[in-house]
Amino acid sequence: MIAPPKPDLVTVNVDGKEIAVPKGTNAIEAARLVGVDVPYYCYHPKLSVVGNCRMCLIEMGMPAVDPATKAPIMDPATGKQKINWIPRPQIGCATNATPGLHIRTQSPQIKDCREGVMEFLLINHPLDCPICDQAGECKLQEQSTGYGRGYSRFIEQKNVKPKRTQLGPRVMLDDERCILCSRCIRFCKEIAKDDVLGFIDRGSYSTLTCYPGKALTNNYSLNTVDICPVGALTSTDFRFKMRVWFLKQTNSIDTESSVGANTVVWSREGVIYRITPRRNDEVNDTWMPDSGRELYKSVRAADRLGAVRVNGAASALDLAILAAVDLLKAAAGAVAVVGSGRSSVEEQFLTQRLAATLQASATLVGRVGEGDKLLISADRNPNVRGALVTGLIRELPATKLSALGAAIDAGKVRAVVSVGEDLAAAGLSAAQLAKVAIVYLGTHDNATAAAAKVVIPTLTVFEKSGTFVNQQFRLQKFLKCVPAVAGAHDDLVVLTRLIAALGAAAAPAELHALWAVLAAEVPALKAITFANLPETGLLLDATPYAGLPFVEGETLHYKPAAPAAAAAT
Amino acid sequence: MPAPQQRRIIFKHIDEPGYTNDLACYVRHGGYEMLKKSITLQPAAIIDEVKRSGLRGRGGAGFPCGVKWGLVDRKSGKPIYLVVNADESEPGTFKDRYIIHQDPHQLIEGIMISAWANNVKQAYIYIRGEMPHGARILEKAIAEARAANFVGQKILGTDYSCDIFVHRGAGAYICGEETGLIESLEGKRPYPRIKPPYFPAVLGLYQCPTIVNNVETLCHVKHIVEMGGDTYAKIGTPNNTGTRILCVSGHVQKPGYYEYEVGKITLGELLNEVCGGPLPGRKFKAVIPGGSSAKILKFGETFTLKNKDGTSRTLTVEDIPMDFDTLAACGTMGGSGGVIVMDDSVNMVEALANINAFYAHESCGQCTPCREGSLWMKKITHRMVHDQARSEDGSLLKSVADQIAGRTICAFGEACSWPTQSFVAKFGDEFKAYPETKNAPKRDGSLELV
Repeated sequence: MIAPPKPDLVTVNVDGKEIAVPKGTNAIEAARLVGVDVPYYCYHPKLSVVGNCRMCLIEMGMPAVDPATKAPIMDPATGKQKINWIPRPQIGCATNATPGLHIRTQSPQIKDCREGVMEFLLINHPLDCPICDQAGECKLQEQSTGYGRGYSRFIEQKNVKPKRTQLGPRVMLDDERCILCSRCIRFCKEIAKDDVLGFIDRGSYSTLTCYPGKALTNNYSLNTVDICPVGALTSTDFRFKMRVWFLKQTNSIDTESSVGANTVVWSREGVIYRITPRRNDEVNDTWMPDSGRELYKSVRAADRLGAVRVNGAASALDLAILAAVDLLKAAAGAVAVVGSGRSSVEEQFLTQRLAATLQASATLVGRVGEGDKLLISADRNPNVRGALVTGLIRELPATKLSALGAAIDAGKVRAVVSVGEDLAAAGLSAAQLAKVAIVYLGTHDNATAAAAKVVIPTLTVFEKSGTFVNQQFRLQKFLKCVPAVAGAHDDLVVLTRLIAALGAAAAPAELHALWAVLAAEVPALKAITFANLPETGLLLDATPYAGLPFVEGETLHYKPAAPAAAAAT
Repeated sequence: MPAPQQRRIIFKHIDEPGYTNDLACYVRHGGYEMLKKSITLQPAAIIDEVKRSGLRGRGGAGFPCGVKWGLVDRKSGKPIYLVVNADESEPGTFKDRYIIHQDPHQLIEGIMISAWANNVKQAYIYIRGEMPHGARILEKAIAEARAANFVGQKILGTDYSCDIFVHRGAGAYICGEETGLIESLEGKRPYPRIKPPYFPAVLGLYQCPTIVNNVETLCHVKHIVEMGGDTYAKIGTPNNTGTRILCVSGHVQKPGYYEYEVGKITLGELLNEVCGGPLPGRKFKAVIPGGSSAKILKFGETFTLKNKDGTSRTLTVEDIPMDFDTLAACGTMGGSGGVIVMDDSVNMVEALANINAFYAHESCGQCTPCREGSLWMKKITHRMVHDQARSEDGSLLKSVADQIAGRTICAFGEACSWPTQSFVAKFGDEFKAYPETKNAPKRDGSLELV
């Protein structure tokens, strides 16, 4: 990897503390680096700067120089260079670090500025916090506590605006709560490239709205809800469901595609209520697709598998393992293993072991869609690269299991272990499914589960911990958010027990212990432990796979090494 | 001492019998001779003349025109645009419209000279939406000038080309703010831009270097070329050169527009002698000297100003010369030249209610203090006049205004808070007493506010 160019550092002074920051860093970020909080609403690190909320006002000064000689003017009182303070307060978001920049964030003038802005923002705000979904994560609440006066002098009638405007299928707008920061407008224009939002009317009667005849339908619309600093934009899925302070936050990964957007899963008492993006400047910035936020609904879906089945009858895991071993031994030499690009690195490692134990061929099912050039890539499997790294596969997977189908027809395969893949959806006909003995490990009911001799329910990504390798070959971990539904078994447990029952050397089913094996046996994962894996992931060496025709096109923070090859056939 | 005579340079032909706004009449009166002269001069020489003339912008801020031109980024390789601010919308100001209606070619000549001086290939006139007639006149005048090769391709047989487009606004005060105007010209909401980084001289129209000048300012450029910067600088007073048009409205006998050398006439002379004094039986009470956003002056107050030699002088309101610097030293501004006079029949709370209603209506709504503060001030004064008034409302108004001024993206923050700040500071008693006085019968039987 090429080292990033060394940033041009300049020294700035924040409230008397000196700090070196990259040139151009704005005053808010510079202050953050020395632990000083500069409040703001409209500023967002990933959006353009408009400076309209005026909450981040700071005092700014530059070292005084003689205009004629350019010699520094010294202050006799301190013996240091005199600072020329600009009498007008400046906005921190648009004040960029230049050598010698001085800022003051705690002066009486700045205190007064913040109190003024807070008072202004609240005079026409409905103050309906008790029924507002944003309560608990509302910048207006936080900053009025931190920087407001705590009382109101406003005795006039508040402005009346629309309370329930459906901006799109997933986003609801309460105009009275809106503080007109324009973050949502800038997001749609600059990130989603779907410039449908705007203000109409003027002054305090300004109203956020959609362009006539348009709606906020793009697959990134819920990011506007995330970045809305107040309760103006709310998610139709989440609103009125749960108070945010009751929710437990667990770090996870969006499994929609090989982008691997970092997420936070919000749950309470084993029930997931929403998924929001988690900032990772190398992967997804602060965004994620709307479609990825609905995936939690699969956990409690009606078609979720909830019982071990052997030959169609409810059974127990121990019996199912024995039945599976019998089937597989009976078909020895004619067994195929179908792994999954949706399985974790750990599961793929064990799947590879299982295939080796059975001396069976292992394949994966490729999923290719259209990339949206932002956070959904063409490869809709989150972890194909994990299968490469663990040695489960050497070639990129085809989208259809035609070769396996042919082998079944030819009688060369008499038993199939499917780890999480619906073989019917992957192109096997009902007749082909009927010809083979199937051991199915999966989360949801489908044609393969119906046809399988042995069905063992396993876990969704929200019920287990593990790792994925995304399109950048970035190893990222996800954590268990909620307990498993009744009747489902940990994939690692099932796989290790299956391997052990087949007579091979047992691998540990416990994640951290398994990682010790992974680190020892997989060269690319050498010296890595699950516990020490950073929250923002770890880049693995991609050079061994440089020749493979990966299907991904360009997305945010990802450029394919070579022109995207045509979808693997 | 009688009041000095008007010196009509810009308004020389305004209201002149027989003077029409067509090209033939303008040429008959020596029009476009200065453009012909300018095109033979080096652009830098014209900029130098403008710098030496000391011409200050007539739009409101009084920023030196030559300095403004000097700030333009000429090294970027991007085209330079000239934008003419004809969005004259400051209440009390009505000078540019007369130039546009009666002498449009003077403006066009000024534009073309300034364009040549600054290597501008495209100029825009942004005219206020409420002046459709002015826009039609300008369109016709530009077409005439284009036909006569004063405007357009290869003007006057040279290799220099520059065209002028007229763009009509949609009726918003904020479009007079130069960066708001630029946004509007680009087809967007006229939200003023943050400065830094969007200084028009560097990142203006279409992110190119842009000069935004007032109509009257550009007309002066023609006369600076005619008489030379040094001669022009002798008109008026030092640092306040040239003439300027004063638009007097309100309670005087003869309201109207008057052109005087800057600083050569005092407010007292203007109001009492030129404008014929107050209406019969009335007395002057207050005057806003530079458009409604300027701070009000109260008759009877005095100002002690420092002279250059260290001594000081005391001025009454009547003594104030109408120049940029003295008005600024008296805590107000020359602004756009709109002199609004109020006599003793005016209740200052009601007058402020009117001004506040205007600014609340015109705030663009982009930044918090102005958006919320201007409407809050309007709601307070509206309530005082039409509903329950409280004696503490005056101090609340001032406090709200103090929370706006100096904290906004553009100068609208000052424009909307200065009236309130100055009204309350100078007429605080009236605000305190208003809960009682508002219910007292009107002494002259005049109409109630509706």
